[in-house]
Formats: sequence, C-alpha cells, structure tokens
Amino acid sequence: MQLNGLINKVARPIAIVSGVVPATVITWRLFRGDYVNPAEALEHATGFTALWYLLASLSATPLRYLTGLAAFTRLRKPLGLWSFGFALIHMGCYLVFDQSLLWGEIGKDILERPYITVGFSAFLILLALAVTSPIRVMKRMGGTRWQALHRMVYVAATLGVLHFLWLVKRDITEPAIAGVTLIVLLAIREIHSEKGRRRDAEKALDSTSQ
Amino acid sequence: MLIRRPDDIPTREITPESAYLGRREWLAMTGLAAVALTPGPLLACADAATVPGPDDPTPYDKATTYNNYYEFGTGKEDPSQNAGRLKTSPWTVEVAGLAKRTGPMAIEDLLKGLPRVDRTYRMRCVEAWSMVIPWQGVQLKDLIDRLEPGASARFVEFTTLNDPAQMPGLRSGVLPWPYVEALRLDEARHPLSMMVTGMYGKPLPNQNGAPLRLIVPWKYGFKGAKAIVRIRFTETRPATTWNVVLPNEYGFYANVNPAVDHPRWSQARERRIGDFFKRPTLPFNGYADQVASLYSGMDLRKNF
Repeated sequence: MQLNGLINKVARPIAIVSGVVPATVITWRLFRGDYVNPAEALEHATGFTALWYLLASLSATPLRYLTGLAAFTRLRKPLGLWSFGFALIHMGCYLVFDQSLLWGEIGKDILERPYITVGFSAFLILLALAVTSPIRVMKRMGGTRWQALHRMVYVAATLGVLHFLWLVKRDITEPAIAGVTLIVLLAIREIHSEKGRRRDAEKALDSTSQ
Repeated sequence: MLIRRPDDIPTREITPESAYLGRREWLAMTGLAAVALTPGPLLACADAATVPGPDDPTPYDKATTYNNYYEFGTGKEDPSQNAGRLKTSPWTVEVAGLAKRTGPMAIEDLLKGLPRVDRTYRMRCVEAWSMVIPWQGVQLKDLIDRLEPGASARFVEFTTLNDPAQMPGLRSGVLPWPYVEALRLDEARHPLSMMVTGMYGKPLPNQNGAPLRLIVPWKYGFKGAKAIVRIRFTETRPATTWNVVLPNEYGFYANVNPAVDHPRWSQARERRIGDFFKRPTLPFNGYADQVASLYSGMDLRKNF
C-alpha cells in the first residue's frame, strides 16, 4: 500500500517530466558541437530514446506481476507518451534531414526498404496509441476495443527492435540488448498469464468436481 | 596518361580549420533555428538538396574524430580515443606474392625517393556520409612499379596490422581479422590511387590509418585499408573482409554508384560531414571521367 503510494506520488511525477532530461542532454550536446554528424546523431539519439521509453513503458506490467504493486501500471502512459514524443522528433529528422521533404523519395523509401517500412509502421502504431491515450477517448472507444488497439504496442516494440537491427552495419550489440530486453519482458508476461490460465483451469476443475 | 586533376588543391590554399569550424557551427545553429521556427525555409532547403554543394575540405578535427576503424572499436569516436597506443615507428611492410622484390621492408625504404603527391579527394563512406580530405603520400602506381610485380599478377592485396595489444577492437569478433582489402592491379595503377602517409599537411593520425593507408577516391571508404603491414600480389582475386562477411551488401569493387543501392539503404544521396541535408552522390564519386574506362563492358549492377 505504502509502496503503491510511493510509486504514485514520486515515480509517476518523475516519469511525467523525465523526457526533459534526454531532450536537454541531446540539445546541449548538439549546440555544444559534440556531434561531428549532427543530423545523424539527432536521428540516432531520438530513435534510441524512443525505443527505450517504449521498453520502459512495457516493463510496467511485468513489474506489477513481479512485485504485486498495482501502481506500476500508472507509469505505462507517461513513459509511452515520451516514447511517442521522441519517435515524432526521430521521424521529423528523417523526413527533413535525410529526405529534405521529397515526398516521392519518402514514399519509395517506405515501400522499398524493410528497415524504413518497419520503422514507419512502428511510428504509425505509436501515433494511434498516443492519439487514443486520453481517458475520454478510451471511454468513447470502450474498454475492449481500446485494449485490443493498445495491445499493438508489442508489435510496435518488436518492429522498433527490427528497425534498429536492420540499420546497423555489423555491430549488433545495441539492438541485441534491446531485443533481449523485449523478449524478457514478454516472457514474464507469458509466464504470468500461463500461471493465471492454470489457476483458472484448476478453479474450473474444482467447481465441476464438487 | 594525362588526367584532369581539378581536385589537387595544395594544402596551403585550404582555409584554416578554425574558420571552417566557426562557419559550420553558425550554419548548423541557423539551420536548426530555421527548422524549429518555420516550415518555409525547409522547402527551399529541399530544392537546395538536389544540387551538389561545394567541395570544402572537412575540418581537421571532424576528419580525425569521426572514423570507421573497427580495430579500435565500432563507434565513430572509438578510433580517436583508442588509437593513441598504436606504435607506428618502426614500421615494417611485408611484400609477398608474385613480385620480384618481396620480403620485409622498412616503410622508409619502401617509399624512399618516390615522388610525393598532395591531393584533395572526396571520401564517400558506404554508410552514405562523406568528407573532403587533403591527402599526402605517393601514387600507388609508383610503389607498385618499385616492387616489380610479375606478368601473372592481376591483383594486389593489402593487410592491416592484427595486434590486439595495440588495437583493442581486435578482441571483438565483429569482423574476421586481419582486415584485408584488395584492388585489381589496373585499378591500383590508376593515377588517382594513393598510398597515404599524411593528411592536411601533417603526419597521418593513428585513427586515420597511420603510418600507411590506401586511398582510392572513386570507391567506398572501406576499400582504403589502414595501418598496412602486408602487400601481396596475386593472380586470383583475394578474399576481402567486408565482401567475405556480407557478400550481398559489400562487393569486391565497391565503386561509388548512386544507381546501385545498398540492399538496406539508398546510395543515391550522401550527407557531407558538416551539413544537415543530403546532396546527390556522383557516379564514381565524381571521378567518372578519369576511371569509368576501367570498367567498360562490365555490368556494374552485378559487379557492385
């Protein structure tokens, strides 16, 4: 109970403002001239931050399972929205710096290059999730439909990892770490829901034998 | 053979690094401000991006802190941070294979008396960024002639130092070591091909391939083997590192070609270091007039 309160009163406000930190660091480094290739550095830093915010958001439910603290769930939304925020800047950099807003080239890139295709798809999913994140939108949609849509977050994370993996030249260390993290998070959920299913099945068995 | 050499800009005519740095930073700032404030200039930039910009030499400190040299780590800053330990003197190069003069040779003997050349070349990385660098060294052709390759020699292979004690990146399995690159002998003898010992009028920094590296300006940067310890002449095409590990992505020829994309990304445009926007990539990196004839009759899509 107290720990739940701590998460709500301390961790959540921190999560809500946390994106300011990487944004400030990136901007600071950019203007200090740390980046030899600033456009590329901006793309990489924002993409990297977006992916890790997404993974952080996805760790909320596994953390709830592992600790029994329901308040972790309330971290999902702020972390997820920061992921979208950085993904938005990432996309903006690509459209402006890489493609100079040449829409024909952009369309071709999305269709022809798998790493762009998956990155773009992940962005569209995050966009849909961000737009439907306010509570009133959730209420209008209805819980079931909203939840079905928001399960797409796992697809977005998987595509995000693939996008990262497919763009590196040879050293796959960083995308591999992200990929393993995602697999661990999914495994925790899977093990937990498997336990839940078994519990339900046992309950059902008990009730029939009575 | 007489060639047009518009790219041989003497080092003394190059604007000081500090002036370029200041200018670039100012450009970056204003460019960013424009991006942040209004969509209008972006459209103007879109037009500008289709026209190649000038070939200003890349500032020295950018060319020496943004390097691909996996022997010192896979990050772009790793070589400048880790290459200090490399001992470049004394330096011995082993000459091997189908040549009259073979065996170990001190770098001084290898280059002694060869005419020095000073050339500013575009350098296009396969990752779609580029620089402009003033190199000093010798024509590779002069060095090859000195070694007197036999009539059956058709290729020349260059091997990079493989010493984990001096090159921490070698402990990773990211590439099979040592790093090997090679050229067809006629490519190597082309007047544009260089064996480089210096840049910007200074001795070659370790992170840029000291004490001896290959520069072939019409090919992607990875062809330019660094810290060369072995030169071997062969009749058959040598196995080259990137081509061995990812043959569908990195060809033996690796000629800069905007029409042939990397399987995963476009090669049509490149970002000049210092710029925010990309510019079109030129066939053979802009040296088509001089080198295209080396490949006449070849399908460059197949022999990428």
